[in-house]
Amino acid sequence: MLHHCALCHIDLDRISVRRGGQVLLQDVSMHIHCGQLTVLIGQNGAGKTTLIKALLGQIPHGGVIRHVDSHGLDIPHLRTGYVPQVLQFDREMPLTVQDYLAASVTKRPVWLGVGKKTREKVRQALADVDAAELADRPLGRCSGGELQRVLLALALQPAPDLLVLDEPVSGIDRNGLRMFLDTLINLRQTRHMAILLVSHDLRFVREYADHVVLLEKSVLTQGTPGEVFASPEFASVFGTGEEEAED
Amino acid sequence: MDGIYSFLNAILPMEAYQFTFMKNALLAVLLLTPLLGLLGTMAVNHQMAFFSDALGHSALTGIGIGIILGLRNDLLAMLIFGVVWAIMICLIKQSGSASTDTIISVFSSTSIAAGLLILARGGQFAKYSSLLIGDILAVTPQDLLYLLIALAVTLVLWVILYNALLMTSVDPMLARSRGIPTRLIECGFVVLVALAVMLSIKWVGVMLINALLILPAAAGRNLAKTSRGHAGWSVGIALVSGLAGLTASYYLDTSAGATIVLVSAVFYAVSLLIRSIRK
Repeated sequence: MLHHCALCHIDLDRISVRRGGQVLLQDVSMHIHCGQLTVLIGQNGAGKTTLIKALLGQIPHGGVIRHVDSHGLDIPHLRTGYVPQVLQFDREMPLTVQDYLAASVTKRPVWLGVGKKTREKVRQALADVDAAELADRPLGRCSGGELQRVLLALALQPAPDLLVLDEPVSGIDRNGLRMFLDTLINLRQTRHMAILLVSHDLRFVREYADHVVLLEKSVLTQGTPGEVFASPEFASVFGTGEEEAED
Repeated sequence: MDGIYSFLNAILPMEAYQFTFMKNALLAVLLLTPLLGLLGTMAVNHQMAFFSDALGHSALTGIGIGIILGLRNDLLAMLIFGVVWAIMICLIKQSGSASTDTIISVFSSTSIAAGLLILARGGQFAKYSSLLIGDILAVTPQDLLYLLIALAVTLVLWVILYNALLMTSVDPMLARSRGIPTRLIECGFVVLVALAVMLSIKWVGVMLINALLILPAAAGRNLAKTSRGHAGWSVGIALVSGLAGLTASYYLDTSAGATIVLVSAVFYAVSLLIRSIRK
């Protein structure tokens, strides 16, 4: 049972997704708290991406998603920011990081150029995720880690209530990942944002997560990293080792 | 029109532009090439080169159906059919039932066959063969007015659609998560291309229309680093190719459309060279 929480949170109540007679998610209930890093773990095909799509409103689902304040009252609008696992795009496209971010924050078409105000806004957004130097870089020339920062900067414009991140399985080295997670932790503290991260790196999960949810079509177990990692459910999914989860 | 003609006389004293039909052709080029150059940037980025080719072919069917229905206005028949055809391709593409190039190929060949079937009944095709190669020297002042309106409408829509379309062409799911109606935006773009293609086809021809849409944008892509640069290069190359091609065709006594396309092809080759040197 989920206990009553004293903080604002996003309340997922019995979320179910079916496709073509197949059950992809069954009665997933969890809270994603403001100011906390909630990490979703589970094996490949466990329904992690499906849950994210349901959260983002991209697929139909059963159950209720509510955004609730500290008194348990509904906040009418839930603004989500989303960082996808990979960006599959044409890397030869003549498009700078600045163009891409500007296209999402302003109505002025970027083929007419980026105005001074927008440019400052974009630079600030990039500086917030320690990526100020990427503004004039062609988007296709960014490394995996750099691209992830750009996407994070994009997801934070405008500031979301809930930040959802699908962590890449490959393409980013451990140093890059650590830097990225540090940025997230910083955001969690300074902006008091609710963050949901799908992670495949259990060592980092133990180190960084406030709350861990183990998913296998439904929630097998959830709690602090210590509680989840010591649970029999965790052992049955990942074995006893804490090596990187397969995806 | 007289004012425009005397202005052209003043700035273009060469023999070619003493004729009214050449002045009209020149004005048509000045309206058409930037329109296609601008739309082309996104057609190239959205990997829709093949798609616009199929749209061009559908003009044949459009005219054919217009004749069957007894429509007197070819252009109207082409526009309606082109838009319907474009929306159908767009919807089928979005349903994800087969790979895009297969779908487009099916549509393209079907529309050529249907168009030929109707237009070539009783050996009448010769009457329509000018559609294949176009005739920019036959542009009238009234046609120019249509082109001007088309350019203005396209520019307005292009300003409204562009950023959302750019987000969509980089990553549709991410764009959707940001509240962009990606399917609507994609179909809007496709309809816009269909309108531009249908308006130009009488002057440029079914066989060459795609080249004018794709070549300047493809060359611009090789030279530009930013979206603005891409638009600038593409429109610039389209305009210069148009002017140089039209002028050269007069003195060489060649087909205007084909000469314009060949000049753009030269620009593309040069851009490719510059790109490989930069790398």
